[in-house]
Amino acid sequence: MNDTLYVQLLDLACGAFLLAGVLVLWRRDLAAIVRLFAVQGAALGVLVAVLGVHDGDTEVIGLAVGIGLLRAVLLPWLLRRALAASGGAAGPAANRETAPLVNVAASLVVAALLALLAYAVTRPVVALDPSPAAHAVPVALTVVLIGFFALVTRRRALSQVVGFLLVDNGITAVAFLTTSGVPLIVEGGVSLDVLLAVLVLQLLTARIRAAFGDTDLDGLRELRD
Amino acid sequence: MTVMLIVPIGAPIAAAGAYAALGWRRATAWLGAVAAAVVLASGAVLAASTDDRPPTALDGLLRADALSAFMLIVIGAVALLAMLASPGYLAAEKAAGHATGRDTRRYGVLTQGFVAAMALGVLAASLGVLWVAVEATTILTAFLVGHRRTRNATEAAWKYVVICSTGIALAFLGIALLHFAARHAQVPSSGSLDFTQLTAYAGRLDPGVTRIAVALLVLGFGAKAGLAPLHAWLPDAHSQAPAPVSALMSGVLLSVAFYAVLRVKVIADIALGAGFVRVLLLIIALASLALAAALLLAQRDYKRMLAYSSMEHMGLLALGAAIGSRLAVAAVLLHVLGHGLAKSVAFLASGQIQQAVGGSRIDAARGLAARAPLVAGGFGAAVLALLGFPPFSLFASEIGIFRAGFDAGLGWAVAAALALLLLITASLAARTGRMLLGAPKTGPGAATLPFRPAAAAGAALVAGLVACAALGITIWPLHSLLDHAAAILEAHG
Repeated sequence: MNDTLYVQLLDLACGAFLLAGVLVLWRRDLAAIVRLFAVQGAALGVLVAVLGVHDGDTEVIGLAVGIGLLRAVLLPWLLRRALAASGGAAGPAANRETAPLVNVAASLVVAALLALLAYAVTRPVVALDPSPAAHAVPVALTVVLIGFFALVTRRRALSQVVGFLLVDNGITAVAFLTTSGVPLIVEGGVSLDVLLAVLVLQLLTARIRAAFGDTDLDGLRELRD
Repeated sequence: MTVMLIVPIGAPIAAAGAYAALGWRRATAWLGAVAAAVVLASGAVLAASTDDRPPTALDGLLRADALSAFMLIVIGAVALLAMLASPGYLAAEKAAGHATGRDTRRYGVLTQGFVAAMALGVLAASLGVLWVAVEATTILTAFLVGHRRTRNATEAAWKYVVICSTGIALAFLGIALLHFAARHAQVPSSGSLDFTQLTAYAGRLDPGVTRIAVALLVLGFGAKAGLAPLHAWLPDAHSQAPAPVSALMSGVLLSVAFYAVLRVKVIADIALGAGFVRVLLLIIALASLALAAALLLAQRDYKRMLAYSSMEHMGLLALGAAIGSRLAVAAVLLHVLGHGLAKSVAFLASGQIQQAVGGSRIDAARGLAARAPLVAGGFGAAVLALLGFPPFSLFASEIGIFRAGFDAGLGWAVAAALALLLLITASLAARTGRMLLGAPKTGPGAATLPFRPAAAAGAALVAGLVACAALGITIWPLHSLLDHAAAILEAHG
């Protein structure tokens, strides 16, 4: 692969990755949010594959396939299953993010500010290694910050899970953009942990529904000082 | 020697397998305690044989230096107390209809997996494996926190998983950036997250990138250690988990996460000078102490009270780590052990009280000294130990931290911490006094029957307190171990 094509493909994958993250803030329909998350997972898989092909590293290409399967197929499938269960139990209104703490327009402005913040924070990273991959690190960090923002401002259990997964997608992207991924054993452990955390959260969502009759986390106010 | 690194991880896993296959029954109930004793014994063996070349295993993935051996002893000791109290606790839960056979089987599997994950964490030779182990503890304990399946337990479990997983994800971002800096400092790729490699090459790490990485690592592992600003899960999780699990979580899990902060600090002190992490830890320490003091003032639930006391002690550990001299670090490690013993006794006793009174409100538990002298005495003595009264070892370690602080010119921080400790002591002592000595509640429905713990649980209470007091009087069996471990952590900036 020649360098121009490599940079173009890299930028394309990063663009899709970032756009899917921003659109998660824009949509309120939980099913659409899960679809966007799947798109982002696919973009992450392509991103890692491009890096692997450029380095001629078959191990990284194998990881790209694994990441794509986990984040574009398996995790969205789990989320959709949780969504279908709650839709059957509480009616279609339960599947919308009706009243986030910050409204959609303001969320999109915040996303722009977070992108600026990400560029400011990652200056030392780009300065240390001015390669095309390191130049894309701010994009990945923006996704991390957007995920955080979704996590603290959204009130449905499922949108909080997606927020957590956005953080994780962003971090995986940072790991691969900086040094073609951390050692294999760590990467494997991380992926396994993410999968388990989602399973745990899914089970807890079911328990919250059983105990509170809804997955609106505003109900979770009994424990405080 | 290599086998001694596998045993402390393998023994709890084997016990977990036995629980999965056989369930929690009379014959298997003590397996957990046996596995914990094995962890403790292998920690002692490793401690006795620490020399200049620490033993490694599994292709260099595991390494046991003096610090790892010391943490293994802490894990083994607290796990032993918790596992001795577990059979009695579960029998009472079953009798009260809070737990079924499936629940107890799951309890056995998860607690043993939890102990194995902590042992893996402190034996890990690389930051990556340590991270995986700490995250594994989150997943394993999530269901233990939600064990009772009530609304409160479910809420606590949700907050626990979301906050801790996110915090620990931040730490992973830090690891990725540190790896990036390490690769650019020509650290060999095979061991680029290995502690000894990172320490050896720390002087060549890029300071700009390392600064971001270290801040993320301290915040991320700090979340799991219950330090501000990501501490919100702690009181909920510790108050809702079954008492022996609270003892494990509060007594060791927090310290294992803090151990990660200590390991990162060694690298950061060389790469960035001692100032950066010191300022970060000082802010975190004072914020944690202030929050704990504020939230203890109006506390009405005794398990939450103990949880905030854990936050206070983690704040003290952060203060000691910020000071960073040899004396301060040795005192921090002694404090980890003393706090682990005293806090697990306090939580185990609180579990007995909760099962007898049927709730964790301080109002509901009055005049316990007359009803249950052994439990009340254990609880009272453990709280006195936590407040730093002699002869318990927390007295010695707190004095050590404060003296080191004045020596290092951080007298203002120590003075602020002491003022907050005074507030905390007053709140804790007043509430405990009311629980133990206050006039018993009268009127219809008030429980007044005397109760006493099962023999093993009572033995655990006494053993924990005796060990904590003995360490306060003399630390000679641990003296050279503490000295070696502190030498690893001492700040050279």
